[in-house]
Amino acid sequence: MNLKLKIWRQKDANSKGQIVDYNITDVSPDMSFLEMLDVLNESLVEKGEEPVEFDHDCREGICGTCSLQINGEPHGPDRGVTTCQLHMRKFKDGDTIYIEPFRAKAFPVIKDLIVDRSAFDRIQQAGGYVSVNTSGNTIDANAIPINKHDADEAFDAATCIGCGACVAACKNASAMLFTSAKVSQFALLPQGQVEATERVLNMVKQMDLEGFGNCTNTGACEIECPKGISLKNIARMNREYLAASLKG
Amino acid sequence: MKVWRKMARAVFLPYLKINTMSGLLNSSIARKVAMALSGIFLISFLLLHFLINFTSVVSESTFNELSHFMGTNPLIQFLMQPILILGVIFHFVMGIVLEIKNNKARQVQYKMYKGNLNSSWVSRNMIITGLVVLAFLGLHFYDFWFPEIVYKYVEFNPADTTRYFGEMVHKFESPVRTGLYVISFVLLAMHLWHGFQSSFQTIGVNNKYTPFIHKLGYTFAVVVPAGFIFIALFHHFITN
Amino acid sequence: MSILDSNIPEGPLADKWTKHKNDINLVNPANKRNIDVIVVGTGLAGGSAAATLAELGYNVKTFCYQDSPRRAHSIAAQGGINAAKNYQGDGDSVYRLFYDTVKGGDYRARESNVYRLAEVSASIIDQCVAQGVPFAREYGGLLDNRSFGGVLVSRTFYAKGQTGQQLLLGAYSAMNRQIHRGKIKSYNRHEMLDIVIVDGKARGIIARNLVTGEIERHSAHAVVIATGGYGNVFFLSTNAMGSNVTASWKIHKRGALFANPCFTQIHPTCIPVSGDHQSKLTLMSESLRNDGRIWVPKKLEDAKAIREGKLKPVDLKEEDRDYYLERRYPSFGNLVPRDVASRAAKERCDAGFGVNATGEAVYLDFASAIQRYGKEKAAVSGITDPGPDLIRQLGEEVIEAKYGNLFQMYEKIVDQNPYKTPMMIYPAVHYTMGGVWVDYNLMTTIPGCYCAGEANFSDHGANRLGASALMQGLADGYFVLPYTIGDYLSKDIRTGAIPTDLPEFDEAEKNVRDQIDRFLNNNGTLSVDHFHKKLGKIMWNKCGMARNANDLESAIKEIKELRDEFYAKVKVTGKADAKNSELEKALRVADFLELGELFAKDALHRNESCGGHFREEYQTEEGEALRDDENFKYVAAWEYKGEPSKAILHKEDLVYNNIELKTRSYK
Repeated sequence: MNLKLKIWRQKDANSKGQIVDYNITDVSPDMSFLEMLDVLNESLVEKGEEPVEFDHDCREGICGTCSLQINGEPHGPDRGVTTCQLHMRKFKDGDTIYIEPFRAKAFPVIKDLIVDRSAFDRIQQAGGYVSVNTSGNTIDANAIPINKHDADEAFDAATCIGCGACVAACKNASAMLFTSAKVSQFALLPQGQVEATERVLNMVKQMDLEGFGNCTNTGACEIECPKGISLKNIARMNREYLAASLKG
Repeated sequence: MKVWRKMARAVFLPYLKINTMSGLLNSSIARKVAMALSGIFLISFLLLHFLINFTSVVSESTFNELSHFMGTNPLIQFLMQPILILGVIFHFVMGIVLEIKNNKARQVQYKMYKGNLNSSWVSRNMIITGLVVLAFLGLHFYDFWFPEIVYKYVEFNPADTTRYFGEMVHKFESPVRTGLYVISFVLLAMHLWHGFQSSFQTIGVNNKYTPFIHKLGYTFAVVVPAGFIFIALFHHFITN
Repeated sequence: MSILDSNIPEGPLADKWTKHKNDINLVNPANKRNIDVIVVGTGLAGGSAAATLAELGYNVKTFCYQDSPRRAHSIAAQGGINAAKNYQGDGDSVYRLFYDTVKGGDYRARESNVYRLAEVSASIIDQCVAQGVPFAREYGGLLDNRSFGGVLVSRTFYAKGQTGQQLLLGAYSAMNRQIHRGKIKSYNRHEMLDIVIVDGKARGIIARNLVTGEIERHSAHAVVIATGGYGNVFFLSTNAMGSNVTASWKIHKRGALFANPCFTQIHPTCIPVSGDHQSKLTLMSESLRNDGRIWVPKKLEDAKAIREGKLKPVDLKEEDRDYYLERRYPSFGNLVPRDVASRAAKERCDAGFGVNATGEAVYLDFASAIQRYGKEKAAVSGITDPGPDLIRQLGEEVIEAKYGNLFQMYEKIVDQNPYKTPMMIYPAVHYTMGGVWVDYNLMTTIPGCYCAGEANFSDHGANRLGASALMQGLADGYFVLPYTIGDYLSKDIRTGAIPTDLPEFDEAEKNVRDQIDRFLNNNGTLSVDHFHKKLGKIMWNKCGMARNANDLESAIKEIKELRDEFYAKVKVTGKADAKNSELEKALRVADFLELGELFAKDALHRNESCGGHFREEYQTEEGEALRDDENFKYVAAWEYKGEPSKAILHKEDLVYNNIELKTRSYK
């Protein structure tokens, strides 16, 4: 099939960017979206033009590197997948596709479609861990029995890949779903209880400092999340936060 | 001026201290929770207001009695009324503050944006429905509340337990005013459609009762504004 | 004879590690504050090493090319992590894990290293649980296990199909704690482009900031390379697009020996190639072989009809199907080790029984598992007379709970519903057992330069068992390296900070700049990917699942020619001082083009079949691998001498005192 691409090009963080039109022909429906961009880039390189820069790595939907706002949706029109797993069979011959970077003040553009998501790292650094030493002198793993339901729910929260689709989808560029996924994981496990108060206060504080917006419960994040992280986590984080605030 | 400043400090300082102690209102979550709690408070007030107004359709005298009670009971006048007004002001001011903050969080907009693909229009536009309702409240205060305050506390008119019904019916004579009233309540319905359940999510309620809360919220958002509209139309077409 | 000293401690196997830990030198906590360590790569090995070293008190700098340590490709490991916990009471022990790993590796791994790995495996699970890694649990609240290929016990801990992700996020969170404390400085979007050696010791690296293009100098008292494997030399592999050999290759060129490059694992269960546009291959976890049965049609005409779309696999009668693994290997069946399963698939497809349009796919069928689980579930739920539809539905629910995310991934990629029709799979390059040669302390032949995880060669011999990569990465990083590096650093407590204005840094930086300038000023016309794809084709066709002397000889020649063509004709767009992914790729492919040749050279010299290395000349009448312990029971460690063809072979003889060398049999 043949497609018309409207791609955001921006030289670097300080330049102004704009949408540039490209036509691409002979796209196979079995290609992934990124493979389609590979083909475009190869043709650009052979013409001596600079290829479109985009973030990608594992190309199997787990590393969270790929991003892209495709036709107004993070990771494109398919549900439950990242851009690398989006296949061209979701598009029709003759379609026009807008490809833009994830937009948020906290995610400044580095070049073209690449954004800087280090704000997410800093939120994790503020408390997304259990402070145990890694020396191995801990108790036996089975000495901490955990209710299967809680363990499963903690796992579900922990499957967040940190791609930033929640921020990109949110009209307020809020990072609540991302932050709450980590807070929830530890809130549900006994290992996380010891530092629960400081964790949620510090992580939320960092989240606010990074310049993300507030949660308006539109639910867009949950729908666009490639891993289906639930809004329940946000409610849980709110509870944890209130409890922690009252405790001081 | 100095006196005012002193008074303001006396009133607000303990409050600020509590906040710095607990971090409340300094953070996005705290602001949202405050927003939700004020919302829930206004929702309960709205329900009460609706129930009282609805009596006007059924019985003039009941409406007059209830209105008189609300208008003269000191507890309601001097405790509940200020709280309510503060609640309204807080909800609006905070709503606007949050909107400004949220707009700052994305400075470059998408060229192609299709919000409907992942969220409802009402959930994304609480500020629009909210501002319309605010404008309506202005009208409402102008129509009812200011005359009432002037009547009671400026002119010190004698108590009249039967004036309320007539005053209200009189306001619904004008088709323009009635029309504005109807439109405002449609917008309020949209505000509540999202606001009701959103408040519960924000204060951390998301469990097995959540589907029920959603249904309750949708019902409330339809029934209560529709009821207000019914009352307005009833008095416009039938009573007048 | 050799420059290789593996530094294996004396004493009985089971006591070596404990004794070694008691004998090595320690660094006083106050002195650790004055010692810097560079860790390149932040996957399971690098991330865990960085966290632990920082926790011990060293000043750590980490480098990764990704935008965050959390994105390292360890994250993609699906199935699980082995540990000799014997929670299932099925007879597991440290010795048995050791035995299975050495046997699985076809007796080409170092006994002492593997034993230590098995020994510390149990601590890994304790550690990870303490960190809050959400492993799968049973209803009683205790940890659940499953089994993997090549073993007869259930010792694999898992978190659905995302075990690697959960373990990596655990290591990442441990890193975050140290970053927060200021003990780790994390340099993301940075690529190491050379190592700096001062007075014979590793003293720093040259790295390129991938955002600004700046060439940076970083000094340290020791350098740890944990940059993973080199599977991308095949272009198509299950590795991430950015996975590369550059760090390992740069240290190789500066004196680190490279061991067993030809030992590469071809994983049997990957989604088949769909066309020329393909950029990478997707793995379907080995855990699927717990429940899936692998088959092809018995008759050639059926296979042909299926390929042409005239026949559907579900319509093929049971007696017309060839469950070839169950047929050939009755005792292990579908759970034979990876190398065996891969070769068997290739054998069937080469014989004309392949089932997709390209003829390179076999079926992985869950129909009987769905039936079995459906009946079980019905019985447990007290349904006395379930109809076939209900059984199917219940069975699919069980399968979904176990492998839901994998099935979803398959459906998204292939556009077929694997609950209703069997999955199509084919082997793909997945893991490299070979790598930088290290001694017992994980130190390379460059003093002060260590290598951990997949990047080193040490634990898996000629074939790795499933769920052992995660185990090795974390064992190296959490429990081995932090001890052994202290022994080396204890001699450096008086050195003080290493200046970065030494002539050695000048020279290394100039090297890097020259290479970058050469690419950007090259007047070529062809893209980097063009050459990478060509290299991949040579590797897959001639150094893939089955190799022979003729092919390998021509591969060596072709790779060399391709390398020359690459330097003459490659076009690299963009600038040196900006984000430039074409330049990044060019720098990586340049190293693959050298490694590929050494790979073929190594495969050519090893005149035997063992593990992942199958030489067609050396097989039994039944087509099984024919190992030659008399002549090849050694690690082949190559020393760089200007170019791959001139590499000099050093042999580390493998001594097995605690395990009897046998022909591997899974029949």
